[in-house]
Amino acid sequence: MADLSVKFCGVDMKNPLITASGAYGYGREYTDLYSLSKIGGISTKGTTLYEKDGNPPPRIAETPCGMLNSVGLQNGGIKKFLAYELPNLEKNNLAVVANVAGGTIEECVELVSMLEGTSVNIIELNISCPNVKQGGAAFGTNKDCAAEITKAVKNATSKPLMVKLSPNVTSIVDIAKAVEAEGADAISLINTLLGMRIDIKSRRPILKNNVGGLSGPAVFPIAVRMVWQVANAVDIPVCGMGGISCAEDAIEMMMAGAECFQIGAVMFNDPYAPVKIIDGLNEWCDKNGVKNISEIVGTVKPW
Amino acid sequence: MYTQGMYEIIKKEQIAEDTFDLTLSCRDLCDLVNPGQFVHISVPGFFLRRPISICGIDKDSGTIRIVFQIKGKGTDALSKFEVGEQLDMLGPLGIGFKLLESDKKVITVGGGIGTPPMLAVAKYYGKNATAISGFRTKDLVILQDDFKAQNNKTILCTDDGTAGEKGFVTDALARCLKEEKPDMIYACGPVVMLKAVSEIARNNEISCQISLEERMACGVGACLGCAVKMTRGGREFYGHVCKNGPVFDSKEVVL
Repeated sequence: MADLSVKFCGVDMKNPLITASGAYGYGREYTDLYSLSKIGGISTKGTTLYEKDGNPPPRIAETPCGMLNSVGLQNGGIKKFLAYELPNLEKNNLAVVANVAGGTIEECVELVSMLEGTSVNIIELNISCPNVKQGGAAFGTNKDCAAEITKAVKNATSKPLMVKLSPNVTSIVDIAKAVEAEGADAISLINTLLGMRIDIKSRRPILKNNVGGLSGPAVFPIAVRMVWQVANAVDIPVCGMGGISCAEDAIEMMMAGAECFQIGAVMFNDPYAPVKIIDGLNEWCDKNGVKNISEIVGTVKPW
Repeated sequence: MYTQGMYEIIKKEQIAEDTFDLTLSCRDLCDLVNPGQFVHISVPGFFLRRPISICGIDKDSGTIRIVFQIKGKGTDALSKFEVGEQLDMLGPLGIGFKLLESDKKVITVGGGIGTPPMLAVAKYYGKNATAISGFRTKDLVILQDDFKAQNNKTILCTDDGTAGEKGFVTDALARCLKEEKPDMIYACGPVVMLKAVSEIARNNEISCQISLEERMACGVGACLGCAVKMTRGGREFYGHVCKNGPVFDSKEVVL
């Protein structure tokens, strides 16, 4: 058995797998199948200051090797998270990454202030949701806005701050450098890519929101490329995600420079994916003489 | 409680145009299932699972029956599976129909491919259930012998009058209510039908449960994709078909 443990911005995780925000709720739905303690960490459903309704349905459209969603950050708000969800997560042995999103900088600051003194291990600041009108990607697609919000949030928290980046930008490296310069402790990427599908019978977009975020294996090569570019451009650790669907994908992502990774859409197809990927990492390490999974981070040898 | 596994198809039949009937051997899943719940089926080559309602439950033999119609490429691929092959199913999922004592009188209303889940709930009530089913035309009619075999009274309607009586299920429902008011109405079908049935139920002060569908991803309540507008205590919000449903009290959804 290889050592899969990783230390990610000072937080010890028993393995590098984190379930991605929006794909795993607050961890309650899959415990019929396996214990939450199997996974390295959970990035919670994007949580806002107040309860949020989300977008009208349909919110889901299938695509070749993936899907679009336009859920729109539906969640019960931070107070419900603290009272109801966090105590449940605390019963398990896993890292808790609180994914937070706000419509304004002030909201984000208030959100992270409310997480001070709690058992949350890492804050993941979502500046990249493509499905909300205010905030979200508006912060993440502009270098100056990304820097400004990072600075304000970093000043309001004593916890490690990971900023989740949008791929819907001209230069992801510029945004990554901007948030690093303002004190981000880590970067996670990529959020979904903005996409669209049309029902040719009705000539209507399938999503009521017209457009939505693309995820699943279709986006994997884009995610690997962006993680590789960002990991080479910044000195803070990177958490890679986007279309990972098996252990080999996770290894590829880590070789590109990710110290840990998140999985999302694959779980809709195979709810056991987290367990299978962790087992697969173990097997691969054993077969390839890798004693500690961290050895492979950033080991791609570019031509 | 739900489970996931590979389950063998032990019977397959095409029962109408583009409409297939599969029986699957799934002891552990079958032990957990209630009428109105659904299974989430993975079809090779397609990223998202297909939610399919459960039409029949045989706890003795540990089998369930699903009846589905080809609606797109995914269900077309599903229709190509043969006896002896296995399907990757997640289930049973969602909240099923609330059942009263089995000696209560109920009416089930199924429209088109919304008819299959009505068979599972009507079975529980036997002779105390009246199953109203509606189809566009006779080539699409399904499950009428199955309702009769479990002692349900049946009323068949077709839009064009090519089988049963000509007219809509709502006409038949209104007529039944004049004779005797049931203790519950169960319905599944197109939204326009569900709206009409819900209104009839409300006007007659009869409890009504309706089964809904929506484009779905996880099937277990994690992704919040399959939203449906609900109303409770005067407050509207988005619930989810996979977790709060697929069966809802008709007074609690905004169609």
